[in-house]
Amino acid sequence: MEIFGIPTQALFGQLLIGLINGSFYALLSLGLAVIFGLLNIINFTHGAQYMMGAFVAYLLLNKLEIGYWWSLALAPVVVGITGVIIERLMLSKLYKLDHLYGLLLTFGLGLIIQGLFRNEFGSSGQPYPIPEQLQGGQNLGFMFLPNYRAWVIGVSLVVCLGTWYVMERTKLGSYLRAATENPSLVQAFGVNVPRMITLTYGFGVGLAALGGVMAAPIYQVSPQMGADLIIVVFAVVVIGGMGSILGSILTGFGLGLVEGLTKVFYPEASNTVIFVIMAIVLLIKPAGLFGTQK
Amino acid sequence: MSTSSISVAATGGASAGLGHQKIAFLVLIAFFAIGPAVLYPVFLMKVMCFALFACAFNLLIGFGGLLSFGHAMFLGTSGYAAAHAAKVWGFTPELALLFATACAALLGWVTGLLAIRRQGIYFAMITLALSQMVYFFYLQAPFTGGEDGIQAVPRGKLFGLIDLSGNFAMYCVVFTIFIAAVLMIWRIVHSPFGQVLKAIRENEPRALSLGYDTDRYKLVAYILSATLAGLAGAMKALVFQLASLTDVHWSMSGEVVLMTLLGGLGTLFGPIVGAAIIISMQNYLAQLGAWVTVTQGLIFVVCVMAFRRGVVGEIANLIKKPL
Repeated sequence: MEIFGIPTQALFGQLLIGLINGSFYALLSLGLAVIFGLLNIINFTHGAQYMMGAFVAYLLLNKLEIGYWWSLALAPVVVGITGVIIERLMLSKLYKLDHLYGLLLTFGLGLIIQGLFRNEFGSSGQPYPIPEQLQGGQNLGFMFLPNYRAWVIGVSLVVCLGTWYVMERTKLGSYLRAATENPSLVQAFGVNVPRMITLTYGFGVGLAALGGVMAAPIYQVSPQMGADLIIVVFAVVVIGGMGSILGSILTGFGLGLVEGLTKVFYPEASNTVIFVIMAIVLLIKPAGLFGTQK
Repeated sequence: MSTSSISVAATGGASAGLGHQKIAFLVLIAFFAIGPAVLYPVFLMKVMCFALFACAFNLLIGFGGLLSFGHAMFLGTSGYAAAHAAKVWGFTPELALLFATACAALLGWVTGLLAIRRQGIYFAMITLALSQMVYFFYLQAPFTGGEDGIQAVPRGKLFGLIDLSGNFAMYCVVFTIFIAAVLMIWRIVHSPFGQVLKAIRENEPRALSLGYDTDRYKLVAYILSATLAGLAGAMKALVFQLASLTDVHWSMSGEVVLMTLLGGLGTLFGPIVGAAIIISMQNYLAQLGAWVTVTQGLIFVVCVMAFRRGVVGEIANLIKKPL
């Protein structure tokens, strides 16, 4: 069977890879958007924190023999706590200054974290096994779907939609959105805004770490795994605009698919297609597809 | 919306303290004129290339308030252009430099049109993404030699007369171009154009309401910055006879931010001092391997947390004169 001269097996295979990449784009850009909403900084450490999530899972398995399922819960908490410490000790001192200082600080922190991990573990990737329960796959007739990949897409969707639900439909979410609009007024109503900011940063960082744990069995665990990914995620964020949570989820998955399709039809451009789309979006709608220009 | 300024070492009135800048400028000339007697000339040429690169970057952030995280694309593009022109087309060095600088200016024009459509952190993210796109392009393009880069670039004969293969002649050329470029930046900053740029940095809506086409000013500043960064990249390719992917990688964009931040954002001489410190650090601490990255990250953190004026900014603050 062929579509446009491309075997369906290859087409759906690349679309699946696109969806997987899209899951990570969505998770990471969601974390960036949540952090940006409240802290007004772009978290350049995000890629390093994604990498840390994968390494925490790797270390838990190899040093303490704690498996994938526990890591899925523990790694985001551990990395989230380091995020809380970073926010309390450093980021919180910078809110009164130009936002660019937050960007420079998180960039520096990212360099430190990546450098430390490279010193300790070297540049080569370490393998991480797929958990037993998710090995194997389903034959869907038109393609073969590995169970673990289906799981990643599913979890990413659930986490993204869950975050959207919390932000848009619960009381906690309404506090967060109100604090984004006018923090001092929310504080006057008796809400502890500084603590909310700290926990939001921890949560966003935790999302990155969760992405890292899920990525560990697919890509190898290496100190560089987050560095290039985060630049693509920045482009995703620029394309989607950071105004809406649902927007960043849709953009993440959508661009993953576009990238997958490009790999089928014009592989040379697959690395650059997202940046090209970014340039086009900037020309047509500078605020991003779902953003509002402030 | 207030566009608060990232520059801490605010320069005073247009004419105040220019005497101090002249003295600092003479010190700079003296340092690089006497330098080769004491230090390895190739090292000093490297410092000058990166100092010009950082000055070009600083023109944008320090005086225009625009933080670019993609300046490596200009350094790398002109490096490849100069290397290709000199090696494959057999251009003389001055033509190779001109051609490469023009390439960087063209890239600056195209990317600038896109990037200035957003401000602040979006500007940083967009420039970073655009430079990553350029990086992938060079990774795949046939003429760049991929991971090997373009090696053994001939330095050639300047105007077809002066052989540059010796380090002394090359040093004189780099020295002359560097000093001329710094003078040019000094002139730009103190020109009416530079003053409008500062006004835009301080308060864009107000500059707009005064009738200045702020987008146009920002674009011109961006192109100027790209052009000068390109000049630095072209010189670097001739000095080291090499153009490689390192110069286009995002970590190079981070390095130039670090040099400028350490030296002092928005100061004239800060980027030069910052570049000298960072390049020395890389040279003399090279045996530390990956610890260099960690050290660079630490310098970022320390500068942002406690040392926002940078080295030259602190000195300027001490003597209460802009430098």
